[in-house]
Amino acid sequence: MAKRIEATDVTAYYGGFKAIENISLTVEPKTVTALIGPSGCGKSTFLRSINRMHEVLPGARVEGSLTIDNQDIYDRDVDVTAVRRMIGMVFQRPNPFPTMSIFENVVAGLRLNGVRRKSILEEAAEKALRSANLWDEVKDRLGKPGAGLSGGQQQRLCIARTIAVEPQVVLMDEPCSALDPISTLAIEDLMFQLKDKFTIIIVTHNMQQAARVSDRTAFFSIEKTGDPGRLIEYDNTQKIFSNPSQKKTEDYITGRFG
Amino acid sequence: MGDTPHRSAHAGTGGTRVATSHEWPAGASARVAEPSGTPGMPDNGLGGGGGLPRARAFGAERAFRGLTLAAGTTVLVVIAAIAIFLIAKAVPALRANSESFWTFEGWFPNDDPPKFGIGALAFGTVLTALLALLMAVPVALGIALYLSHYAPRRLGNGLGFLIDLLAAVPSVVFGLWGRDYFAQPVADLSAWLNRYFGWIPIFGDGPYGNSILLGSVVLAIMVLPIVTSLSREVFRQTPTANEEAALALGATRWEMVRTAVLPYGRPGVIAAVMLGLGRALGETIALALTLGSTYAISFNILQSGGNSIAANIANRFAEANDTGRGALIASGLVLFAITLIVNITARAIIYRRREFTESAA
Repeated sequence: MAKRIEATDVTAYYGGFKAIENISLTVEPKTVTALIGPSGCGKSTFLRSINRMHEVLPGARVEGSLTIDNQDIYDRDVDVTAVRRMIGMVFQRPNPFPTMSIFENVVAGLRLNGVRRKSILEEAAEKALRSANLWDEVKDRLGKPGAGLSGGQQQRLCIARTIAVEPQVVLMDEPCSALDPISTLAIEDLMFQLKDKFTIIIVTHNMQQAARVSDRTAFFSIEKTGDPGRLIEYDNTQKIFSNPSQKKTEDYITGRFG
Repeated sequence: MGDTPHRSAHAGTGGTRVATSHEWPAGASARVAEPSGTPGMPDNGLGGGGGLPRARAFGAERAFRGLTLAAGTTVLVVIAAIAIFLIAKAVPALRANSESFWTFEGWFPNDDPPKFGIGALAFGTVLTALLALLMAVPVALGIALYLSHYAPRRLGNGLGFLIDLLAAVPSVVFGLWGRDYFAQPVADLSAWLNRYFGWIPIFGDGPYGNSILLGSVVLAIMVLPIVTSLSREVFRQTPTANEEAALALGATRWEMVRTAVLPYGRPGVIAAVMLGLGRALGETIALALTLGSTYAISFNILQSGGNSIAANIANRFAEANDTGRGALIASGLVLFAITLIVNITARAIIYRRREFTESAA
């Protein structure tokens, strides 16, 4: 299920603005990789490049090579929707479809893939909601609007929606930044369980979170505003937080900068 | 810089006034404050000293509230006045009517005894409006989606502006254009429809000319800009987060529109369609010029004929006597009732999924 992601010299632009430059890193299957760094250093941009969501914005483009199990996802013959189905994404703010019920939200991706059979959808919905640790809370109100849940529940609903289509990789863009500490804990627990099946890449501003959940950590930074973000250091999380090899990384994780 | 001393003088008095609200600088500064034109002014609550300031008995807040209340009441008064006037004028004519107002197909209120019926007019009104919507709404939604989600931004804005311009064309222009230039193509189309689709009852025999079809096509063009413009606005309001959620699930652009944009915009689109329907139902001069002004109920939309309540009022008002005017006013009341029913239905449709639309807000 899980796959290896290899980025080589990835450079991304917003129109004329170069947001990240020459990012190269490899993400192993069934691991949690955290992307940390100060605001505006391009970690979200890099994350969005991985499932080709970056190019959704007008004028945005990506150079360099990104492969998933040696398949170039930016190959001209590759169907972009297939890439996004393979590489799911959870966003910063919970974004369930407001007009859909909890059930419809979870199976939205499956329906997009043409699954129509009610029994299959129900089974998949339960499985995804259980994986997202949400089943017990919502099993009696699957027909209610998804937007009626609490913020933490909504975010877990979005995770359920993402994993319902059984992607290989799950990208999370600061998934807890809009949540309270208890909901955050629930989602961190969830990440531990999910990495049995998926490769997870998470962007976070919270260094404790990165230290708690991730196996590997990538530290991004910028020289000054307007400069492109660069990858400063990428190593085992323990090494990054205990004995980083770069001065900049140390300054950042000890709170002296950023 | 000539006014600098002046300004600083103001600043000085301002400062002392603030100071008076504190308890401790009671001496000199309070005495300076008094000649500045506020003798005996109560503690105005600036600063931290003293008790809480009292609520003002009268101020901009209250005045504004009164103003809005008056404005709101005016609507009710005006509507009530209109209703009373219309009913008072309509009732004598309805009493004098020697035929059934609901079923008689004809309009002779000036005769003795007067004979007139609303049936054919109401039928024509609803039929032209519905046909117009049937033609306009799919096109309008297509344009709106294109402008909001497919067209490059600048092209979208430009085209949107043109659409809004279309809404500003006076309806008499549409009517004259429809009567003088568009009638012939529509007649040709009618003949073609009759030849190949004549087995469908609505595409019956001629003569072709000023028909329901012509009227509703012209009406459709007039309704198009309203529905387009509003739907486009609604579609643009779709939260980016929802669009991205759909895309990230592997949706194509059209699937994204179907999953995120259309459901989100649904109540707004219904409202837009209802506004369009309101315009179509009430449209007067364009239909007066393009319909055949007959008084028969017929589903043959190709044949010369058709009429609507508003068009009939425009056509017959000049020649009407007292009873005639009363009869036209009665027809206006029926139009009012139809519009009311349409609006209530629309609200009911929007209200049905309130749970979902409210949590979306």
